[in-house]
Amino acid sequence: MQMPATQPSSEIAYNGPMKILVIEDDREAADYLQKAFTEAGHTAHVAGDGETGFALADAGDYDVMVIDRMMPRRDGLSVIAGLRSRGNTTPVLILSALGEVDDRVTGLRAGGDDYLTKPYAFSELLARVEVLNRRASAKEAETVYRVGDLELDRLSHSVRRAAREITLQPREFRLLEYLMRHAGQVVTRTMLLENVWDYHFDPQTNVIDVHVSRLRGKIEKGFDKPILHTVRGAGYMLKGG
Amino acid sequence: MALSVPAIMKTTAARLSALYLLLFALCAVLLVFYMTSLSARMLTAQTQETINDEVLGLARAYQRGGLPVLVRVVENRSRQPGANLYLIADANGQILTGNVQSLEPGVIDTEGWTTEPFSYKRFGEGELDRLRSGTSDQTTAPATGDNAARQSEGEQGHNAIALVLRLPNQMIMLVGRDLGEPERFRAVIRRALTLALGMMGLGGLLIWFFVGRAALKRIDSVSEASRRIMGGDLSGRLPVTGAGDEFDRLSENLNSMLARIATLNEGLKQVSDNIAHDLKTPLTRLRNRAEATLSGKHKPADYRQALEGTIAESDQLIKTFNAILMISRLEAGYSSEHTNRVDLAAAVRDVAELYEPVAEEAGVSLQAEVNGAFLVDGNRELIGQALSNIVDNAIKYSTDSTSKPAVRVTLERTHGEIRLCVADNGQGIPDDADRARATERFVRLEKSRSQPGSGLGLSLAKAVMTFHYGQLDLLPGNPGLSVVMSFPAREDH
Repeated sequence: MQMPATQPSSEIAYNGPMKILVIEDDREAADYLQKAFTEAGHTAHVAGDGETGFALADAGDYDVMVIDRMMPRRDGLSVIAGLRSRGNTTPVLILSALGEVDDRVTGLRAGGDDYLTKPYAFSELLARVEVLNRRASAKEAETVYRVGDLELDRLSHSVRRAAREITLQPREFRLLEYLMRHAGQVVTRTMLLENVWDYHFDPQTNVIDVHVSRLRGKIEKGFDKPILHTVRGAGYMLKGG
Repeated sequence: MALSVPAIMKTTAARLSALYLLLFALCAVLLVFYMTSLSARMLTAQTQETINDEVLGLARAYQRGGLPVLVRVVENRSRQPGANLYLIADANGQILTGNVQSLEPGVIDTEGWTTEPFSYKRFGEGELDRLRSGTSDQTTAPATGDNAARQSEGEQGHNAIALVLRLPNQMIMLVGRDLGEPERFRAVIRRALTLALGMMGLGGLLIWFFVGRAALKRIDSVSEASRRIMGGDLSGRLPVTGAGDEFDRLSENLNSMLARIATLNEGLKQVSDNIAHDLKTPLTRLRNRAEATLSGKHKPADYRQALEGTIAESDQLIKTFNAILMISRLEAGYSSEHTNRVDLAAAVRDVAELYEPVAEEAGVSLQAEVNGAFLVDGNRELIGQALSNIVDNAIKYSTDSTSKPAVRVTLERTHGEIRLCVADNGQGIPDDADRARATERFVRLEKSRSQPGSGLGLSLAKAVMTFHYGQLDLLPGNPGLSVVMSFPAREDH
């Protein structure tokens, strides 16, 4: 328990500075991303076309890559496929202006890990990139998630807070499971809809908010400390302590 | 139609015709050669038979009375008009009797059939030839196998084939037949065939000229019409003569293609009109807000609020824009390789579960009564989106119900169709025309204007149904509104 090296990182996700590679041919958009990532505390490198991006990605050690789909000299999907065939497993978020129903499938099939359609909100992009960060995604194998005094057992499907049992509906359990896996990170509404409901469209009403507030009622009611926080203009974050 | 020769050769018809003409000529030449050589062989065989008969007769004469009788018979036959060639010579080749004055040397040296036609001279022809050619030697000049020499001799004398026999007393007898008649016959055949083939070729050319020109005229009129259409007259159509031939079929198909293009074009125009109309208003609002914030002095908090409002408004614009694009793509028959088996019951359960908290918060009871599986071919994502739009609407509009607001989602299978019905008990849309209009793009009926939304929810649902070869119907409920999504059922059910 006292050894910092084996201390499970489940209390709070790794949120330190990331090294991000942005491959985007639109100069203005690329500069904006670089500035915004830097302001968020990360380091971002920019490549203006597919070939340069491929060379940088192949040589550098990045935590996450953001790759535009349509670029001169070499398109994004080909860059990703090339990197994957060379054994590069750095998480990739694909940016696309196409937005057809099939594009997401095509992009993910080419080796991408997430997909975002232009135009997008930077808060959405940042949240997704931080979740993709390979140094933060070591939680898949854990069977028990702990955030503060909240505990979720993935095998017995039980949730307790401060040793008190909390009964959740199956969907609420999945919602909490996702939030806890990415505890300490901002999770957007579309990320929740995608990962908990497996739908990729914009719901007309604030359906997700209502689900979250219902869950919040169950895990916060009767406890003095809030644990599920709303991040203004972005989404939600589960954070203990 | 003043077409120059190269221009004519550019047409497929002309090129094909030229090719056929060439092939035809080749065949014709081969045919002529084959026919003439065949007839020559037949004639030679016939000649040989005649000579054989002749020899048989002479042999009988020889048996009857020996040489004197043979000589007499030969002399007799020699004098008859159109007689065959007869010659009897002694062992040294000295001519004794017959109607042959001279022969190519060597002809009578070997027994049997002469291998090639030889030239000879009959009695009574010598003087004439000598006068004509001025030299007597040439007629008897040895033909040393030289083709030209033999031919020139052949022209002066005659050609013949013959059977050479040796009589028991070592005398030589030759019976032959002039080839003049078969040669003439052969020439006649050749001339007739050549003439016939020439006429056929000429006929072919004439037919091509008239028939091909008619076809060219039709093609020209089609190209002319298509040039007009390309020039911007999209209402123009290709000419159809009513003959029902392949040109008419082609024109009819192209015309229906043009009609389809015109429909799509019309749809596109409508979309851009709608985009222009419905995006201009929020864009103007956006611009005005930014302008108003810039002019005059404000507190930093006001700037922040204005910028946040700008972002929220642009997000709404993007949503609207995406919805319009999606509707257009679905309506244009966007084809997806990601169509597969979708269980509508699962889709209903998912969407009902997604909207249940919203409904509860709005005080609406949302009931989904589905049992078993209802499989259709489709896209789960699109069906989910369409259904959630409809359920979203139903929850919104059931709140003005006179009784306890409720939304019921039901699934049923009727002959060849699966009907997914979302019924609310709100005020509904009493007016039939309004109900029909409700699925059109950007149509927001008067009473819905106070509700948030882009006016695209039902249009999108309708486009999704079109994409699934189904349909979307708005039926009056009792009370309220029933939105029915009808899917064609899978074949195996």
